[in-house]
Amino acid sequence: MNTEATLGQYYQTDSVIHRLDPRVKLVGTLLYMISLFIFNNIFCYAIAAVFLIVVIILCRVPLTHMLKGLRPILILMLFTVIFNIFFTPGEYLWQFGILHISKEGIKTAILILIRLTLLIISASIMTLTTTPNRLTDGLEKLFAPLKLIKVPVHEMAMMMSIALRFIPILMEETDKILKAQTARGAGFDSKKLTTRIKSLIPVIVPLFISAFRRASDLALAMEARCYHGGEGRTKLYPLKYAARDILSYVFMGIYIISLTAVGIINAKISLVNAIADIVSK
Amino acid sequence: MKIIKSKDVTFEYIKRDENGEVEGINKALDNINLDVKEGEFISILGANGSGKSTFAKHINSILMPTEGTLWVDGMDTSDEDKILDIRMTAGMVFQNPDNQIIGQVIEEDVAFGPENMGVETAQIRERVDEALKTVGMLDYKKNSPNKLSGGQKQRVSIAGVLAMHPKCIVLDEPTAMLDPAGRKEVIRALRALNDVEKITIILITHYMEETIYSDRIFVMNKGKIAMEGTPREIFTRVEELEEFRLEIPQITRLAYELRKEGMRIPECVLTIKELCDALSR
Amino acid sequence: MPIITDHLTYVYGAKSKSKKTALDDVSVKIEDGQFIGLIGHTGSGKTTFLQLLAGLIKPFSGTVYLDGEDIFAKDYDMKTLRGKLGIVFQYPEHQLFEETVFKDVCFGPKNLGLDEKEVQLRAYEALKLTGFEDDNFYRSPFELSGGQKRRAAIAGVLAMKPKILILDEPTAGLDPGGKKEILDLVKSLCKNQGITIILVSHSMEDMAEYADRILVMNDAKIVLDGTPTEVFSHYDELKGYGLNVPQVTLAMLQLRECGIPVRTDAITVEQAKKEILRVLR
Repeated sequence: MNTEATLGQYYQTDSVIHRLDPRVKLVGTLLYMISLFIFNNIFCYAIAAVFLIVVIILCRVPLTHMLKGLRPILILMLFTVIFNIFFTPGEYLWQFGILHISKEGIKTAILILIRLTLLIISASIMTLTTTPNRLTDGLEKLFAPLKLIKVPVHEMAMMMSIALRFIPILMEETDKILKAQTARGAGFDSKKLTTRIKSLIPVIVPLFISAFRRASDLALAMEARCYHGGEGRTKLYPLKYAARDILSYVFMGIYIISLTAVGIINAKISLVNAIADIVSK
Repeated sequence: MKIIKSKDVTFEYIKRDENGEVEGINKALDNINLDVKEGEFISILGANGSGKSTFAKHINSILMPTEGTLWVDGMDTSDEDKILDIRMTAGMVFQNPDNQIIGQVIEEDVAFGPENMGVETAQIRERVDEALKTVGMLDYKKNSPNKLSGGQKQRVSIAGVLAMHPKCIVLDEPTAMLDPAGRKEVIRALRALNDVEKITIILITHYMEETIYSDRIFVMNKGKIAMEGTPREIFTRVEELEEFRLEIPQITRLAYELRKEGMRIPECVLTIKELCDALSR
Repeated sequence: MPIITDHLTYVYGAKSKSKKTALDDVSVKIEDGQFIGLIGHTGSGKTTFLQLLAGLIKPFSGTVYLDGEDIFAKDYDMKTLRGKLGIVFQYPEHQLFEETVFKDVCFGPKNLGLDEKEVQLRAYEALKLTGFEDDNFYRSPFELSGGQKRRAAIAGVLAMKPKILILDEPTAGLDPGGKKEILDLVKSLCKNQGITIILVSHSMEDMAEYADRILVMNDAKIVLDGTPTEVFSHYDELKGYGLNVPQVTLAMLQLRECGIPVRTDAITVEQAKKEILRVLR
């Protein structure tokens, strides 16, 4: 009942970021993520961080709430950082067997830590400020051109949105079935893998049956409400670009240009430094 | 004006055993003849397996009669071209509140029907608000359906149908999975719809106390209409009703028992007030 | 095999801000062979209470003694509890999973580690007890009717030969005929097999008819505890908890207000009839 994973769960409030067209947020997040991978030096990260901080302030989701969402990924981040610190070759500061700490290791670890944090926060801002329905609407609209090559874009978006609606219901159901079978003496903590998999059958079979039953009920209910595919459908909230959306695209452009500029300058400086190094030798 | 007219409607399906061999033919509906006038509140009573849900599905063109004809507002339900019109005229609410809510936000769910019908955006907005107001759920329009009580979920489902502006609403055991408070909520909403909006209501249920306020009751048994009449006419036939696995409300039962003991009580007592009046004379 | 709960308390999300006490300091003793009715509106803590009794969740503080043993003690073997106490969840047919009814019923006793012969004997007895015909033993549980499925699921719990049987709304969704069959079965289990019954129901009429003792829950606490006659004499209090008294009791109260000097402690139709005849004859 109390599975409070804040990562990606919509946070209800009113902000300019919330009101943005989901397409802007999808494109923006994607561009931002790509930019983090292309320009991986500390100066570019500084710009990226500033950009993100502005967005965080604008979206009015409490920072504590956002950070709580990071918790589940903390272990993964820690692991990556430790791995990089100990296994990156370079100028050794400390060594023990195959373990060593190098200057380069520390540098990469820090860069990776920053990159991961930025990546995860940016992705979670998108889901925190966009209802899953708007998100699927956005995806449907963005991928609409694919309909020309017979990709069932509308159906896929509909499936996604229904799946999202039923996840909490099926989670609750799983919990109930687990408890009921536990009460019938079922054990789910056997050490042997085969026994353990077998012990899941009494949970998985009813869960599947329930999911199928719900699906057929839902299909009936949708039909009864005149659902007949995406053709001729109108929307309560049709996606239309407003001035703020255009403006956001402009800001995004500025961000990418400035990042590229800094990236190029940085590359040049390091090149000059490298040449100077060689010359002085 | 007859909104629903059923002439000799029969529905047969083939029963198969495990190997897919034909085991026999089941008659789920057997020569159903009934008329419903516009603006009436009709109840269809019957035990599980009496055919009442099968009949409901016919009204919405989900099933089609194997023999006989069913007309909804003059349209033959077997006419494939008219299916959408029929579904707009006669909306349907199902038993399980969780399996018929499609949207992840209440207003988005209520908009689902009008969206499928291709209603313009501004009008969808109007219809959604109006429908939610009618069932008293307007304050919840931005909420997630998962946090609502069963009665509230069913009211949202009713709003979802209302937003399609039907002339008639068929409800297939809408209260079977609710607690007493939820049941009352739903029945109250239905009576208001019938009284104020003049929408024809066809309520399918196995709770007799929910049918007290209907204009007419049909009792189904083994695919046939076994009884027909006003609540007062039906409720006097206590022994027959028990044969059909129905349960007589306690007040009616008490009056019936007292009458059997020779007390002078009118033949049918539906409410406590009537009992008081009868006994204080 | 009495059950004693000692200051039993359960808190959801104890560490988070949104914590909610679902069970608050409940101390109660349940004697052998009693038919206990548990009532309370949705969300009053009934389900939490039952799950604690069945050892499916761990209390925040306090504990449960079964047969004088603390079931939450570190060295307590849960298997002992499973063999003594059975729990039938809401819609228990949703937990059926085996190919045949018989195999499904064997699941519980098998988990108790009994030998094959004993397992089959128990399954056979349990199915007989719930009124299953031999022809249906080897049918798939998914082919059965709703009422039969439910009885198969109850048999699955009975095959573990519990001394205490907990049932959470075992009649939900059944028609009046099916409801009566299940309640009569439960009653006979109590009377003829001496099994202690704890049954949750929303129907005050059923409670009046079947229970020896009623526990009323409100806001995570047990607020009333007594025989049905005692409990239903607290009309105003029950009303405040969002509950009601049986319809006949309500009728007696009203009759008295109308100036007919009846005693108002009748809780069944039979009692009400006798009382009215006594006064008016």
